Amino acid sequence: MTTISKVRYSRRAMLKAGGAAVAASALPAPMVWGQETRNITLRQFGTGVSNLNEVATKVKEDLGFTLEMTALDSDSVTQRAATQPDSFDIADIEYWICKKVWPTGNLQAMDTSKIANYDKIVGIFRSGKLTPESVIAQGTAPHTVGFVDGPGGTSFADAETGWMTLIPTIYNADTLGIRPDLIGRPISNWSELLNPEFKGKASILDISSIGIMDMAMVVESMGEYTYPDKGNMTPEEIDLTIGIFTEAKQAGQFRAFWKTFDESVNLMASGEVVIQSMWSPAITAVRSRGIPCVYQPLEEGYRSWGGGIGLSASLSGMELDAAYEYINWYLSGWVGGFLMRQGYYSAVPETSKAFMSENEWGYWFEGKEATDVITSPFGDPLAQAGETRDGGSFYDRMGAVACWNAVMDENQYMVRKWNEFIAA
Amino acid sequence: MTPGAPAIPFRAGAPSSNETPAMTDQAIAKPAVRTRVSASRLGALSHHAAGWLLAAPLALVLAVFLVLPIVMIVIVSFWGATEFSIYPDFQWDNYRFLFGSDVTYRVFLNTFKYAAITWAFTLLIGFTVAYFLAFHVRTLGWQVALFLLCTIPFWTSNIIRMISWIPFLGRNGLANSTLISWGVIDEPLEWLLFSDFSVILAFVHLYTLFMVVPIFNTMMRIDRSLIEAASDAGASGWQTLWHVVIPLTKPGIMIGTIFVVTLVMGDFITVRFMSGSQSANVGRLISNDIGLLQYPSASATAVILLITVLMVIGILLRFVDIRKEL
Repeated sequence: MTTISKVRYSRRAMLKAGGAAVAASALPAPMVWGQETRNITLRQFGTGVSNLNEVATKVKEDLGFTLEMTALDSDSVTQRAATQPDSFDIADIEYWICKKVWPTGNLQAMDTSKIANYDKIVGIFRSGKLTPESVIAQGTAPHTVGFVDGPGGTSFADAETGWMTLIPTIYNADTLGIRPDLIGRPISNWSELLNPEFKGKASILDISSIGIMDMAMVVESMGEYTYPDKGNMTPEEIDLTIGIFTEAKQAGQFRAFWKTFDESVNLMASGEVVIQSMWSPAITAVRSRGIPCVYQPLEEGYRSWGGGIGLSASLSGMELDAAYEYINWYLSGWVGGFLMRQGYYSAVPETSKAFMSENEWGYWFEGKEATDVITSPFGDPLAQAGETRDGGSFYDRMGAVACWNAVMDENQYMVRKWNEFIAA
Repeated sequence: MTPGAPAIPFRAGAPSSNETPAMTDQAIAKPAVRTRVSASRLGALSHHAAGWLLAAPLALVLAVFLVLPIVMIVIVSFWGATEFSIYPDFQWDNYRFLFGSDVTYRVFLNTFKYAAITWAFTLLIGFTVAYFLAFHVRTLGWQVALFLLCTIPFWTSNIIRMISWIPFLGRNGLANSTLISWGVIDEPLEWLLFSDFSVILAFVHLYTLFMVVPIFNTMMRIDRSLIEAASDAGASGWQTLWHVVIPLTKPGIMIGTIFVVTLVMGDFITVRFMSGSQSANVGRLISNDIGLLQYPSASATAVILLITVLMVIGILLRFVDIRKEL
């Protein structure tokens, strides 16, 4: 055991020195550790967005251990994190899920001093501010549930404490997706979702905690009501919001509701729906089929979300070390580049830059015109030279966040009302 | 049960007779009085014990995999839940909420609606197919071949058969584009997909075979001379069908009905996919609750659904004695 920990230390030192995994694996000593880690398997589960087999393959290649991925929908993820703590080692969850799951004690806080790139993590996840002038958006902003007081802390801390609940991995600003070819006019407000013009051609996602936020954006945009905090509605506000949508549903506004990524892609690609709440890679998936689809920036701003990796409370010893190793690798750039080329953002963008071409970095991050064809990591062309990203640069998009995905105090009430909405 | 009579009427005593000596020894080892039991009584006792033993494996399997889970569900339905955990309790809240919400009644009504309409269609189609197979196809070889043909769609998964309707019925799907090219319609029919129509279509498609099989089975057992007799007595084709075939097919119809009704009432995925998540049945209420970690509330709904389905089956069994069939 002693040799192993020494070797591990040397490797950690290498990482901290900025040598990264490449240099480390070139040294003979870590190879011993590499042999040991070969038998380690980490079980990760999360939503489909970041649970990609490519990541598992690359982990095996770079770090030597096995990463088992399970992709589930948001509800199932919450359920699993809350009720089956022994079924996973790493939980890849969203921040609002963290708010729900953390009190169960199934996750352990992480020591930020072991995270090599901690200082480079985007401000949103640390102080809550993207730039010093930024205003913090409504909802469950990541930094509010990002820290606890100590390794065993059960309540969230207001500021950076050195003990993180989730290590941020990816995040994005969501808006409505539209089919410009079928709509044929500019769309610039959330209220268009309920515009009778799109009767029978609109859709919203059937995941209550996210759907209610999209609804709130629409209601505010219609001028029906201005919420003090969209992320924490009162029962009356919930009734009002869902009431407006129930009326629209009964009038036949919606073609369908979707729950999974694939469903949203199919609805849009088949032309069943021309305007709907959507996720960035779903837009990418529609476009890669050669069908025009725009991730429409709207005046009221974006509904944003962030995901991160949490460690199971039962992780210890070598597995825990491997998990830290994995986190450091995650933030070291390759995954970031992989995800950013699908339209997400990495928690440490600057490390991802090295893994992207100048054209890709310019298009995805800086909002510049593409100088050449932009392809997805899977080789499908997404944009031609001269095109720019919908919504512009990182700072344009993340700077215009109006609210974060949230879990409310009145969540149970909201969920019941949501069920009624679906059954209505 | 009369003492001395065999507990279970064995058709053949063979399986138990081998075991008899050892078992009898065990059974009478302790009470000395028993040693004077007459031979016939001994035989009865061993039959009795053997009967229990033979029934034990199945009883055990049913107890562990059927009774126990149901008991668990009933117990949990009285528990309480927070957002992320459930705690043991005895409270009526879950039921109170269930019966206090008009959504529940609407959803149950919707579930019955799906079950009734699906039943009517599957019965009509199933009966016709079975009738054709049993009475119009003359040779056994063809009957078997055509029957197997009916089962071919069952070689793929339920869900795939269901989902393949979606692109077919869609706004720009095959059905709409064909109708438009024929000039039958000018605009795509919106109600083809993500509507009650598509839900029921998928149900009928998925479950008709469950009607065909038992009805075909009963029809094959009908004594052909009865049909001849009806014909000799001057009955028309319809009269024969109505007064001879249908009454004799009732047990099969009933078994098919039970299959279809229970399958439709317990379904959630067909309704979710084919209605585009826009309609709800009881199964979806339960699945939504489970998704949101509200297990007690899901259990309460499940208990009510179970009771409802049992009541429906109870009523159905009043009409026909399906034991005749078994």
